Amino acid sequence: MKLMHCPINGWRPIQEFSYGGPFRPMPPPQTCTDQQWANYVFNRDGAAGVKKEWWYHLASGVWFIAERNTLTDEILRTYLFQEMKLHE
Amino acid sequence: MPYQLLRFAFNKQYPENRMFRCPDQLKAHYDAVIIGAGGHGLATAYYLARDHNISNVAVLEKNYIGSGGTGRNTAIIRSNYLTAEGIRFYDESVRLFQDLSTDLDLNLFYSQRGHFTLAHSDATLRTMRWRAEVNKHLGVKSELVSPEIIQEFCPHLDLNCNGHMPVLGALFHPPGAIARHDAVAWGYGRAASQRGVEIHQQTEVIGIKLKSGGVIGIQTTRGEIETPKVLSAVAGYTPKIMQMVNIPTPLEIHPLQACVTEPLKPWLDPIIVSANFHLYVSQSSRGELVMGAALDPYALHSPRSTLDFVEGLAGHLLELFPFLSDVKVLRQWGGLADMTPDFSPIMGKTPIDGFYIDAGWGTWGFKATPVCGKTMAYTLANDDPHPLIVPFSLSRFEKYELVGEKGAASVGH
Repeated sequence: MKLMHCPINGWRPIQEFSYGGPFRPMPPPQTCTDQQWANYVFNRDGAAGVKKEWWYHLASGVWFIAERNTLTDEILRTYLFQEMKLHE
Repeated sequence: MPYQLLRFAFNKQYPENRMFRCPDQLKAHYDAVIIGAGGHGLATAYYLARDHNISNVAVLEKNYIGSGGTGRNTAIIRSNYLTAEGIRFYDESVRLFQDLSTDLDLNLFYSQRGHFTLAHSDATLRTMRWRAEVNKHLGVKSELVSPEIIQEFCPHLDLNCNGHMPVLGALFHPPGAIARHDAVAWGYGRAASQRGVEIHQQTEVIGIKLKSGGVIGIQTTRGEIETPKVLSAVAGYTPKIMQMVNIPTPLEIHPLQACVTEPLKPWLDPIIVSANFHLYVSQSSRGELVMGAALDPYALHSPRSTLDFVEGLAGHLLELFPFLSDVKVLRQWGGLADMTPDFSPIMGKTPIDGFYIDAGWGTWGFKATPVCGKTMAYTLANDDPHPLIVPFSLSRFEKYELVGEKGAASVGH
């Protein structure tokens, strides 16, 4: 079975997690144009590669970031959003 | 004795039948190039040659024809959608499918079976009623039926579903049909090839040449081509092609899995879909049960399949048909589904002159093969989107004019 490392709870089966979509920076909603906002809401970097993604541990309610290769499905590392600066 | 058979192997009077010609080399110039020789790409090439007299066309395929979604789907054809735009579009496709075997002179094993979308809750039943009424309003045969009717058409179904989610009714769509999906690709490919279209397999597109905001050519692993018109019809690989022309799309690629059982004597006439269990099953002309369920939960560019999927599907299937507990799953596989935010396709022109897109087919592409070919051929020939596909333009997202079909394109509830 495929395992994922929850930053708080450790290694758990991937069935206990929910995919939250790609991690994307949000433009300031008050000042950006309609087009920039539509681009943020809808457009994606759809190509394969190592992506930063939001994931949620269903059993404990932890939201965290995972870096995963969307071609090979290899999960490189996971960390809480607060710890992102340390991993850049 | 085998020597007598060898006579026929080398006999010029009885040559081996090829589905389509395989030209050795790419020409220097084509009037149009289609990237992707799946059902959609080949159908577009066919209609371009047949209806618009444009036969100097090359269809480029990285792998073998129909190796993508066309060869991996669960082959269900229907038009019981939710929006007026969707219904009109898919209805045209259902009509085209009815005579397609004759048109293409190839047995597509097209079989009209009747399609039931089972509702196991009040909310789901309401959605089915909504779809039935919109369908009827637009001239498509669909109606809400009671559990008794479902049992008549499908005696083996356990309406009680093991007690916890009994079937309350269903959306019945008589035109629902199945076909042999590979044959659709071969049929369109052969017919296009007979009309002069060139199909080039093992030919990957590595670049698209632009000049002054318009297409002038293509770079492939087998050489360069000059052409004024390019259609990208590569479904799960669309983001890769769009990166070559710097056009962003809302596509997210997820695997979609399917499986088949060992062949059984014919017992399942209609196509059964359970909205609440999120599964669909039909019995093919080979006797195998062809089944699928929900999209894989996370983005991945790999057609791998998992135990998770087949376990979940089997668990729910046995609630509908408990007697299948002894039946073996023969084979499971996956494909890449290019998902859009509104579960409707992306078809038509792009901001680049001469560059056209046919994508965003997610889990709903096979049934649209004929109408897609016809409308995209019109669009390429006239440099103007066909009326049926205007609502599906790429620009609809920035205008917030989405065509929401999640309820009916995917399994809806």
